[in-house]
Amino acid sequence: MDILITGLLLGGTYALIAIGLNLQYGVARIMNLANGEMLVIGGFSAFWAHTNIGLSPLLTVFILAPVAFGLNWLIYRVMMVPLVKRAKTRGQLEVDSILATFGLSFVLVGLMLAVFGGDYFNYSYLAVPIRIVGDTYALNRVMAFVMAVIICGLIYLWLNRTRAGMSIRAIATAPDAARLVGIDVRRLSALTFALGGAVTAVGGAYISTFLTLDASTGVVFTLKALIIVIMGGVGDVRGTIVAALLLGVLESFVAALIDPGLTLAAAYAMFITILLFRPQGLFGRKPT
Amino acid sequence: MTLPDWKTVGGAAVLFGLAALLPYSGSGYYLGLGITIAMFAVLATSWALFSGPTHYISLATAAFFGVGTYVTGLGFEALPYWTLPLIAGVAGAVLAGLVGLATLRLSGVYFVIFTLGLAELVRQIITWSQNRSGQKGLYVLTDMTEAGIYWQLLGLAAAVFLAGWLIARSRLGFALRIIGDDETVAAHSGINTALAKVLLFMVSGGVAAMVGAILAPRFVYIEPSLAFAPILSFQVVIMALLGGTGRLWGPLVGVIPFTFLLEAIASNFPNQTTLALGVAFLVIVYLLPRGFVGLIEDAKARMRRTEGAL
Amino acid sequence: MMQNTVLSLRGVTKRFGGLVAVNAMDFNVTEGEVMGLIGPNGSGKSTTLNLISGALPATAGAISLRGTDITTMAAKDITRRGISRTFQLVRLLPSMDVLENVMAGAVFGHKRHWGAEARTYAMGLIDRVGLGGKAHARVGQLTYIDTKRVELARTLASDPKLLLLDEWLAGLNPTELETGIDLIKSLRDEGRTIILVEHVMDAIRSLCDTCVVMSSGTKIAEGPPAAVLTDPEVIRAYLGDDDDA
Repeated sequence: MDILITGLLLGGTYALIAIGLNLQYGVARIMNLANGEMLVIGGFSAFWAHTNIGLSPLLTVFILAPVAFGLNWLIYRVMMVPLVKRAKTRGQLEVDSILATFGLSFVLVGLMLAVFGGDYFNYSYLAVPIRIVGDTYALNRVMAFVMAVIICGLIYLWLNRTRAGMSIRAIATAPDAARLVGIDVRRLSALTFALGGAVTAVGGAYISTFLTLDASTGVVFTLKALIIVIMGGVGDVRGTIVAALLLGVLESFVAALIDPGLTLAAAYAMFITILLFRPQGLFGRKPT
Repeated sequence: MTLPDWKTVGGAAVLFGLAALLPYSGSGYYLGLGITIAMFAVLATSWALFSGPTHYISLATAAFFGVGTYVTGLGFEALPYWTLPLIAGVAGAVLAGLVGLATLRLSGVYFVIFTLGLAELVRQIITWSQNRSGQKGLYVLTDMTEAGIYWQLLGLAAAVFLAGWLIARSRLGFALRIIGDDETVAAHSGINTALAKVLLFMVSGGVAAMVGAILAPRFVYIEPSLAFAPILSFQVVIMALLGGTGRLWGPLVGVIPFTFLLEAIASNFPNQTTLALGVAFLVIVYLLPRGFVGLIEDAKARMRRTEGAL
Repeated sequence: MMQNTVLSLRGVTKRFGGLVAVNAMDFNVTEGEVMGLIGPNGSGKSTTLNLISGALPATAGAISLRGTDITTMAAKDITRRGISRTFQLVRLLPSMDVLENVMAGAVFGHKRHWGAEARTYAMGLIDRVGLGGKAHARVGQLTYIDTKRVELARTLASDPKLLLLDEWLAGLNPTELETGIDLIKSLRDEGRTIILVEHVMDAIRSLCDTCVVMSSGTKIAEGPPAAVLTDPEVIRAYLGDDDDA
């Protein structure tokens, strides 16, 4: 039972970073391999603010989110727009954006190594026990989960209830048709890309309260987020959340019952199962 | 189809012959550099054999390389030395075959994602099994010399070039070019697209594992984080793209200057290697999308056009 | 089933989610016949072609080629068994020249040629479709009708028992259209079996032995072109959409 709840708590934070990635891929069509680095940057910021100026991560995110939004908006405008312009086909954009973000991820890792060095970093924040149905959990994990629920809920409402959100969903389903009905695809793609990056960075800030990170751990998170997005279905918020929770629970079981060093193997096992049996995602329709 | 171009074959043979003389220069530094170049030449060329025509980006070189080093690390005491690269080749090909079967029937994105974490996955599994058996790393103590490693790599390079040349002239090579151009047309022309892709990926993975097996004695002590360093996958992709994947010799044109660049970066900015590599990679993707091969071909085309205009 | 039936569809249905794109299609194609598959836009013609060529799996029903069930076969196997197609939007291999484009069909199709033999064979087909002298042209530099010729030569190169042409005549100017119709006529005179998805009525009248008319995924008429094109229900299917709009 406590393994299950630990897993759900972890899955909640995974949902946050995977939704960030899903916004970027579903709408802007950029398979962002530097997503994990954005997460680590978020974690670093929270760590730095907490240890140097004593700012609580809960407050840091209010500065972090707009900064990460701006940074990702710039990345899209400066790095992705030229690729979108030069791509003749969707396939070429995919290859180019994978290569470009792959390069970007190394640049970001390099920058973080230069600024912070290669050490692991962690700090103690809200590391107090809290009791839930008879077992104790660390409050920071619970806090991260609650924040993830709030943010995912807001994004879901935004996508389903607002005009901008509707337009974004239209782009994700039918980019050409969206353009025809007068939706500014490029502007909204940039906005969604930026929003996705901001959500991921905020996720990183929360994760850093209970996980130890270092400059080069980003790729593992990128990979988990990618697996969750594929499992949940591209552009599907609900599927992403379910997939993230499943992965969190599976990892917790593997960590508790076999070995904590095998969490990636657990993610891969899930990935292979999906590839072999439901490549269209958990809730996806068969591709037509 | 076309007769072998004897001038090219002869030229290549002379170059290989000259390269084989390097150990006699007596300079340990140049031999070390020679090994690095030969290693990346084999890895980048075999990477491009698959990723060049199909445009499927494999980020898994480090995984195959690591598997190869472990084959040598685990087997060098029990088995004759010459069998190790062969076993490693088979192991790499099998791993590539499994990955290919799971992902290459689907779109390219799944393949990229799967290969992105493959090295990390194999590393976790090996670390886990080592923890269970209580050991940390492996000592690989052989009497293999630097020159011996260099010659083995050179021989493997020659074999890879020959294989690449043969594949380009085979049905398989033609099929892969068609797949790279339009996979739907390929299927509707009667090509077993999944089989063609998996086969070539197996060649590519097998070769990378052989390189790992050959280089293992040089490490002396191998542990998972060293054998499966993800930066290797990244370097191979950069070099192949810098040279250009449209021609068999393309990656080689990228490997040689980039190895010197790496040396320069490593000695001048030892702490900023990752950053410099990332920047170099972005420069290539944005400014040289078809690599040096593209530059050369554009220049040729321009010359032809000027001639035509006269 | 008659001895000379090449293709037969029985109750073939395709659903996309809730939408029924093709509904219980039945028809036979006889050896040496040119069959026109016609109907308004969105009536399911191209989907039917995609089901036959294996580009899409059918939801229900059976498709057989000379008595062999091919309903669940992959596209590559269907091509190897002798069905070859063109695409509604011409698909050529952009990095290759005309000769290599045509060889793609010759090397991997129904007859599997290789080497000099494949080359000679492909050269013959390049002449056959009227591209003589352009074998080494880059496909990006060809005129529109020439790209269509290359695609036709590629499908012929696999030596199909049944040729599927998906709006092969669409987008041609009047002179090109005449050339195109003549080219298909010459294929018919060679005794090839062809299914033609087409909008150009003149072409249907002069080329087809028989027609199947589709509307909203269902077959609404079948017979010689002269008869079906005057069928009131067919006329309503074509014009009805306009009345509603």
